[in-house]
Amino acid sequence: MGHPHLSTGGAEVEATTTVSKKELATTRRKKGWNQKTLAPYLFLSPFFIVFLIFMVYPIIESLYLSFTSTQGTSSEWIGLENFKNILTDGLFWKSLSNVFIILLVQVPLMLILGTLLAVILNSKFLKAKALFRLMIFLPVLIDLVTYSIVFSIIFHEQYGIMNYLLGVLHIDPIQWFSDPFWSKVLIIIAVTWRWTGYNTIILLAGLSAVDDSLYESAEVDGASKFTQFFKITIPMLKPILLFCGILSTIGTIQLFTEPSLLTNGGPNNATNTPVMYLYQFGFQSFQFGYASAAAYIITIIVGIISFFQIKLSKGGEI
Amino acid sequence: MKKTSLFTKMAAYLFLIVVCIASVYPFYWMFVGSTLTDSDIFQFPPKLLPSGEFMNNLTGLAASAPVWKGLGNSLLITIVFTIATLYLCAIAGYAFAKFEFKGKNVMFVVVLLTMMLPAQVTLIPLFKMVIGLGWQNQPQAVILPALANAFGVFFMRQNMMSIPTEMIEAARIDGSGEISIFHKIILPTTLPPLAALGILSFIQQWGNYLWPLIILQERESTTLPVLLSMLVAPGQVVHYGQVLAGTVISIVPVIILFLLLQKYFIAGIYGGSVKG
Repeated sequence: MGHPHLSTGGAEVEATTTVSKKELATTRRKKGWNQKTLAPYLFLSPFFIVFLIFMVYPIIESLYLSFTSTQGTSSEWIGLENFKNILTDGLFWKSLSNVFIILLVQVPLMLILGTLLAVILNSKFLKAKALFRLMIFLPVLIDLVTYSIVFSIIFHEQYGIMNYLLGVLHIDPIQWFSDPFWSKVLIIIAVTWRWTGYNTIILLAGLSAVDDSLYESAEVDGASKFTQFFKITIPMLKPILLFCGILSTIGTIQLFTEPSLLTNGGPNNATNTPVMYLYQFGFQSFQFGYASAAAYIITIIVGIISFFQIKLSKGGEI
Repeated sequence: MKKTSLFTKMAAYLFLIVVCIASVYPFYWMFVGSTLTDSDIFQFPPKLLPSGEFMNNLTGLAASAPVWKGLGNSLLITIVFTIATLYLCAIAGYAFAKFEFKGKNVMFVVVLLTMMLPAQVTLIPLFKMVIGLGWQNQPQAVILPALANAFGVFFMRQNMMSIPTEMIEAARIDGSGEISIFHKIILPTTLPPLAALGILSFIQQWGNYLWPLIILQERESTTLPVLLSMLVAPGQVVHYGQVLAGTVISIVPVIILFLLLQKYFIAGIYGGSVKG
C-alpha cells in the first residue's frame, strides 16, 4: 500500500532537518499541546464509535458464530463442523467455480477494454472528448437492480433486441437464460457493461499523469505507437491496472444482484454464486452459524487471491 | 511529433462509437420501454421509438406498489447517509492525514484491513443486532451500519495528505482552535474530493440492494430498487412497462446529481495530477 513508505520518508526528512527548525517545531507544539494532542482522538471518535459497533464487533461475532450451530435462537459450539459441511457441499463448489469462470473471462476483458478506451480518450486527435467520456461513464450511474431488469428484457430469448440483431446476422437465437453456458456469458456481458466505464475513468486519470516527455523522447528514438503502448503506457499503468484488477476480482467473487435478478442463479445453478449461497442459508433458512462460516470462507478466498495478485505483480504501489 | 495515421484514427473512432452505442443503448431502451404497453415491449421485431404510455405506466405502477413511498425512502436514506458519511470520513481522514498520535498506525491498519474484507462477513451479526434493536423496516437500519465507511476515511486521508501543513500551523499561530481549523480551513479546501466521495457514496447507497432486501422487507418501508425487484420476482405476472417507468424514476436523482457535480467528480478521481 506504500503508506509506510510515506511516513518513513517523512521521518528521514525530519531527521535531516537542522536543529533550529526542530526547536522551532517543538516550541510550536508546546504552545497548543493539549488541544493538538487530543484533537485527533476527538476527530476520530465519531467514526470509530460507528466503526467498532457496526464493523469490528460484527466481524468478530461472525467468526464466533461460524463455530456454532446457531439457527434462530438455538446455539451450540460445534467446532469446525460448519466449515467441513460447506467444503463438502457440491453446491458451494459449484457456486465458487461459477464466479471463478466468470471472473477469469470478465476481469481481463474489462481491463483490456478499459485500457484501450482510456488510451483513445487520452489521445490528442480525439474530438468531443467530454461527450465520449460521459457516454462511457454513464453505466456507472445506474443501480444494479435497474440495469438487471433492463438487461433481462434486452436479452429476452423470444422478444429481446439482442436475439433480434443476431437474427438479422442469420445467427440462431441464443438461450441466454436457459442454457448454462450462455447464462454465464450473459452475466459477463452485464457486469462488463456496468463496470468498464468506471475502470476507464480510473485508468484515464492514471494516463493523464504520465509525463508527455516520455512519449516525445520515444518518438525521437523512432519507437512506433505500438511499442510505445507496451513499453511506456502499460508499465506506467501497471499499479492502476493492479488496483482495478483486485477491486474487480473481489467484486466478482461477491456477485449477488445480477445473478439473483437476471438468472436467479439458474439454469441448474449455472450462475449460482457464493454470496447467493450465503443468502439462502442465512436469510431464507436462518442458519446463522452455517452462513457465517460461508462468509469467512469467502473472506479467506478473497484474501488469498488479493495476496497473490499483489505478489505476482511484485507489489506495485497502490 | 509523428501524426497518428488516418487508419488508426478511423479505427479508434469506430471502436469508440460502437462502445458508446452499447453503453447508452440500455438507457435509451429503458426510456422507450417505459413509454410502451406490455404487449408492445414484447413484440418482434422490438420497437425502437417511444410511444405515449409513460403516464399510464406510472399511474398503473403507483396503483400496484407504493412507488412514491419507495422513492421517498430511498431519498431519505441516501441523503442522510451521504451527508453523515462525508462529515465522519472527512474529520477522521483529517486526523489520519495531518496528526501524529499514539495508536495511529494500528488504527489505520485496522481501517485498511476491514476495507478489504467482503461486506458479507458482517451481514449475520448485523442482522441479529438490528433485529434485537427493533430497527427492522426503519431507515436507520440501513444508514447507521453503512457509516462504518472505511473506504471513505481512506479516500479522504489520501486527499488530505497534500494539504500544506504550513497552512494549518499558520492558523494555529493565529490562535484558531483545532475544531474551527477543520471547519473553516480544511473542509473548504477539500470540497472537490468531498464532492467526489459524495457522489460515489450517493450512487452506492442508492443502488444498495442486498442489505435493504434483508432488513427492509415491508413494501412501505423499503427502497425503490428493492421495491422494483419485488415486482419482477419470479412466480407473478410482471408488468414490464410499469416496472420500466419505475426504473426511469429511480435513475433520475442519480443523473441529476451527476450532472451537477460532474466536474468535481472527475477532478476528484484525478486527484492532484490534472494537467492543464
